[in-house]
Amino acid sequence: MSFSVTEPTNGTKWFAGILVAAYAVITLIPLIWIIATGFKSPVDSIAYPPVIVFEPTLEGYVNLFTDRTRATPDMLEAAGPPQTWYDEIARERGTVISGPSRYGERFLNSVIIGFGSTALCMILGTAAAYAFSRFRVPLKDDLLFFILSTRMMPPIAVAIPIFLMFRNLGLNDTHLGMILLYTAVNLSLSVWLLKGFIDEIPMEYEEAALIDGYTRFQAFYKVVLPQAATGIASTAIFCLIFAWNEYAFAVLLTSGEAQTAPPFIPNIIGVNGKDWPAVAAGATIFLVPVMVFTVLLRKHLLRGITFGAVRK
Amino acid sequence: MAQIRIENLRKEFGKFTAVQSSTFTIEDGEFFMLLGPSGCGKTTTLRMMAGLELPTSGEIYIDGEEVGQKPASQRDIAFVFQMFALYPHMNVGKNISYPLLSQGMPKAQVKQKVGEIAEVLGITDILNKPVGGLSGGDRQRVALGRAIVRDPKAFFMDEPLGALDAEFREHMSEELRALHDRMNATTVYVTHDQLEAIQMGDKIVVMNHGVVEQFGVPQDIYDWPATKFVAQFIGSPPMNFLDFEGTIGTGATKVQLGDVSFNVPEVREGTRGALTFGIRPEHVCLDDSAAYRGRVTATEYLGTTQIVTLDTANGAIKARLSSSDSVKVGDQTGLHFDPRTITLFNATTGQALKSAANAEVLADG
Ligand SMILES: Nc1ncnc2c1ncn2[C@@H]1O[C@H](COP(=O)(O)OP(=O)(O)O)[C@@H](O)[C@H]1O
Ligand SMILES: [Mg+2]
Repeated sequence: MSFSVTEPTNGTKWFAGILVAAYAVITLIPLIWIIATGFKSPVDSIAYPPVIVFEPTLEGYVNLFTDRTRATPDMLEAAGPPQTWYDEIARERGTVISGPSRYGERFLNSVIIGFGSTALCMILGTAAAYAFSRFRVPLKDDLLFFILSTRMMPPIAVAIPIFLMFRNLGLNDTHLGMILLYTAVNLSLSVWLLKGFIDEIPMEYEEAALIDGYTRFQAFYKVVLPQAATGIASTAIFCLIFAWNEYAFAVLLTSGEAQTAPPFIPNIIGVNGKDWPAVAAGATIFLVPVMVFTVLLRKHLLRGITFGAVRK
Repeated sequence: MAQIRIENLRKEFGKFTAVQSSTFTIEDGEFFMLLGPSGCGKTTTLRMMAGLELPTSGEIYIDGEEVGQKPASQRDIAFVFQMFALYPHMNVGKNISYPLLSQGMPKAQVKQKVGEIAEVLGITDILNKPVGGLSGGDRQRVALGRAIVRDPKAFFMDEPLGALDAEFREHMSEELRALHDRMNATTVYVTHDQLEAIQMGDKIVVMNHGVVEQFGVPQDIYDWPATKFVAQFIGSPPMNFLDFEGTIGTGATKVQLGDVSFNVPEVREGTRGALTFGIRPEHVCLDDSAAYRGRVTATEYLGTTQIVTLDTANGAIKARLSSSDSVKVGDQTGLHFDPRTITLFNATTGQALKSAANAEVLADG
């Protein structure tokens, strides 16, 4: 029998496999629960004990995307036969669709604000991190500590001053205001993370590009950026997840125009009693963009930064 | 191709002076070595010449034009980095073509040029490979390809063989030298390996602590070192030093070591005080009848030659002798020094005393 330092034994592999599988199941249960609830009828959604096997319906999604009014039988009669499949679902519950709900707009707001602030954060963060990494900046260490220190208290601690400031600047309930706010909150962490990644990229690459006849900016753009892609991608995911999920500021600072999905989703319950399937449908759709974004950038997350083209 | 002239070049990093005040000239087409121990300022000097570091003061002329404050991209030189610095996100071909793309050369012409260079370097078959998996030698060739593809005015190489395995270094150094002879490009090559410098260089600058100690052709530097540092840094084993106190008058042709007198090349500037008598191991002979005595303390067999260490009244001394000479540890013997090869140093300043033999070399160094 021989032992290897690097090759796990079969027992170890099994043990690790079971642990990972158990962890995956535990973390996936709430997710599966939410997705399933979105396709349940209101009765199934609050049934006890919970129903695992149920007849799926799109009612939750219809309710999520539409506003409906309760209708008397003669009103239903007068409206004629249902025009569409979603009309039909609404009719079965004795309601007629009076128009689209606000969910679409709120979702779009989330997309604009989440991706907008992430993009801005990456642009500013990469530029700042590059400067801190490569140039002689006066008081560099103090500045870096100051930047980090802005992250040391919970952002919501400054909610009241920000609220007042936004009101005076006319930024309350605007896309721009929320983008600026989330960028400000995320920027400190981004600068630190990105500086770490850029520090790892040897200076020689840029210098080689300078000597090859490129300008400093071209060297940055064509040589540093592609190699920092991994770092930028992972930092972007952090920023997006924060901005996407942020609830407290969104409740405080947005109510109409720029309201994001998180403060809107709970409202769905209030409007129609206990419409859990609609809430679950809203949450499910809300999960998709971050998931897609993360899956798209997965390649960068897993890839090493350099392929060892510089021998250390 | 170009002549490069360095005048009073100086570089300070805060309070630390990395390069004191260098002056030397690299002639058109020369293979020029910047030699010195680690940390002496070789890389800093080269980086200033390339435009990657701005000089604190002094001038750099490439082809007669002062370029000290010009950015690297406008100097039309190529640089081979110590660690090669191949762009990791591009394959071999893209790496080599990258300098051409910055000039806006048409695609077809770029392709042809890269093909030619790959042919010269023998890397045609790896043009489409990523640079990550290449061996040290191939990385080296790709780095060279990226340098020569542009026909720059000069090549700067910072310890280009430093990252290679010992067995491969010799092969690569021959390849490099052959490439240079073929293209006749002005090349500045940084190394801390004195053997490499002597073997490959047309001319050598020896630096120490940011100071240019000597500048000249390898043979002159080996035979007539300007300072004790150069004498010791170059040659393996290095020059022997025998320390003594005394007075040497201008025009003297003899010096007194203890009670033995030695003939030396005619001294051009006399001095007194602490002095050093310098002789290379290969110019020491054992001669039982000689007055100056030594006792053998060690022998080292090197194939055709052997290095014999002896104890003398003025310190240890090494002699390079034929392996056929039979020498045993403990032997008492006399020592004879070839009088034409002796260099005297002022032990306090470390400077060589000018003599009839080295005056010419030291004058232009
Ligand atoms: N950017 C820098 N900042 C401060 N000191 C430096 C810098 N670059 C080099 N030095 C110092 O200058 C000296 C010479 O360095 P270098 O030119 O790299 O030496 P070499 O190439 O001969 O080994 C070293 O002592 C080094 O620590
Ligand atoms: Mg160096």
